Amino acid sequence: MRTLNRALGIAVMLAGAALAAPTWAAEEAAAAAGAKAEEGHGEESASDFKHWKVKNEVANLASLQRGARNYLGYCLGCHSLKYVRYSRMAEDLDIPEEQLEKMMPPGDKPADYILSSMPAADATVWFGKPPPDLSLMARARGPDYIYQLFKTYYADPSKPTGVNNLRLEGVAMPHVLSELEGVKVAKYKEETKPGEDGKPHTERVFEKFELVVPGRLSEADYDAFVRDTVNFLDYAGEPAQVKRRHLGVFVVLFLIAFTWLAMLLKKEYWKDVH
Amino acid sequence: MAPPTTSSAPPPKGFKAWLYDRLPVQDFIETQLTGYYAPKNFNFWYYFGVLSLVALVLQLVSGIFLTMFYKVGEATAFDSVEFIMREVQWGWLIRYLHSSGASFFFVVVYLHMFRAMLYGSYRAPREMLWLFGMAVYLALMAEAFMGYVLPWGNMSFWGAQVIVNLFSTIPAIGPGLVEWIRGDYGIADATLNRFFSLHVVAIPLALILLVVLHLVALRHKGSNNPDGIEIKKKLGADGKPIDGIPFHPYYTVKDLVGVGVFLILLAIVVFFVPTLGGLFLEGPNFEPANPLSTPEHIAPVWYFTPYYAILRAVPDQQMGALLMFLAVAAFIFLPWLDRSPVKSIRYKGWMSKLALTVFAISFVALGYLGLQPAEGVYVFYARVFSVLYFAFFILMPFYTRMEQTKPVPERLTYHAHA
Repeated sequence: MRTLNRALGIAVMLAGAALAAPTWAAEEAAAAAGAKAEEGHGEESASDFKHWKVKNEVANLASLQRGARNYLGYCLGCHSLKYVRYSRMAEDLDIPEEQLEKMMPPGDKPADYILSSMPAADATVWFGKPPPDLSLMARARGPDYIYQLFKTYYADPSKPTGVNNLRLEGVAMPHVLSELEGVKVAKYKEETKPGEDGKPHTERVFEKFELVVPGRLSEADYDAFVRDTVNFLDYAGEPAQVKRRHLGVFVVLFLIAFTWLAMLLKKEYWKDVH
Repeated sequence: MAPPTTSSAPPPKGFKAWLYDRLPVQDFIETQLTGYYAPKNFNFWYYFGVLSLVALVLQLVSGIFLTMFYKVGEATAFDSVEFIMREVQWGWLIRYLHSSGASFFFVVVYLHMFRAMLYGSYRAPREMLWLFGMAVYLALMAEAFMGYVLPWGNMSFWGAQVIVNLFSTIPAIGPGLVEWIRGDYGIADATLNRFFSLHVVAIPLALILLVVLHLVALRHKGSNNPDGIEIKKKLGADGKPIDGIPFHPYYTVKDLVGVGVFLILLAIVVFFVPTLGGLFLEGPNFEPANPLSTPEHIAPVWYFTPYYAILRAVPDQQMGALLMFLAVAAFIFLPWLDRSPVKSIRYKGWMSKLALTVFAISFVALGYLGLQPAEGVYVFYARVFSVLYFAFFILMPFYTRMEQTKPVPERLTYHAHA
């Protein structure tokens, strides 16, 4: 019964994702994503996945718009952004009202917070624990962590979800993006290292991934897809951050001018101190 | 140098005359600003007193605005902070000013304390000034600790857990005392509510009172200076110290420059790196308090980590807690530990210079080690630096008396800039 329930949940989620999937700006998004992916990837080694950098640009509106679309299409089925309102997101990301209407789940209003409709009790049965709210995930764990998570799923038939993750061993979340990325298997190599007792012993070390079933996106496009989505989560973690940095330039310039004037004033007054 | 005198100004008229007749405004200006003579050779280190005052005002004002939107209570606190960050007009700015301001407060207070140690500002006749300063420092630590709990993030919760539990190591009354502090059997809603009350009412009141007393003590005996000699001993024909200049306008305009630089640095942090890589705002604190999930490693904010490193350097928890409290309290005894015939480091011997250098390095090193996990080589170094930290205080009566000091000049060392 439990297994059936879990399978049902995953099916519901994937169906929801498919229904809401790219309905808006899909073509231009794919084109832009491809262009961006070429510059970002390449020099990183597969076994060094804990140091992969997402290098997202949170001032890049096109990327944020694609990220928002990805989020509402693939993540919102389970994960809320309970501190973000649709209207605020649309305003910050420059999304026109009619586009927003198409992106929002039916029944939600622009002033609503971005909430998943999955009941927490069901989610607990399906996945073992309710999917966390993602409003602050990028701030708590860092954007790189989320990026690494989505790039290190691999097939593992021993798990109920059929997948495991290198970054988060035994991850409860199924690989919801596998239709895009395809199915990867993890390849290991034997490595001999000096053990704590001084004697050399062999260890199984992760070497690389191998794509066994291709997904709808090429490797580069999938990378761009994940980067855009992480970029959106970075924005959602602190919506004011672009404005903050922009304003900061003027504040610092003003303070430098103020301090310079104060310095002149001080010199003038101190002329008669001998 | 002709000090401006208010007596040459024309007598006030109209409202000013009416007010001055009823309040000692003129008297205050003459005794505390234009007629208060400060040594003319204040250097870089003398900015940090006024900057501490600026930091205090910044925290009070930003705190007042945060309190308008913050909702105390374990069910509402975390959400209300995010509400401030996202939906309150300029809420993010006020919140970052307050969170960064706390760290800046400690930066300037530590530099202010170091200045006193450099030039012997704690020595007679300024012991009361030093003691009030120490009281301010203790109140500030309590204020910062309780303020850190209020956002009710996971590090708030676990940090409070660790720090409050330290009191349980006190023999006999420990366990009961901890329960009394928390108001519950664990860190809970009751704890959060009382910390809020203390953070926004009780401790700020105490802080303001102590700062006023600190300033009264300062103005009563006058400032020390980098040479550690008394300017009041060399009076001119007009009865004013020859080496003194009126606080206003000379030091008010000079302090304005210091405040400007301080605000530039504050603005850089607030607008560009408000978390400072987890040093000013920690990642785990963006997750709500969760009694079932302990953060990977619990560390307090950087300004407590020197003491935290000392706590963890001792294998026995009770001894560790005792040494930690002693490490804070040791500063209180400086006026009586320092037996040197001179005040300023400029005229002390090599032993005092070496001791103070080693102490400063130990303090910073312990601060770094307190941020690292308590394992392996980190613990070893924490022990080494803890010993050096306490050696500075314990050996002070000996090295300050043994060493050869340099002769102290009659007048201040001052070279006017072009």
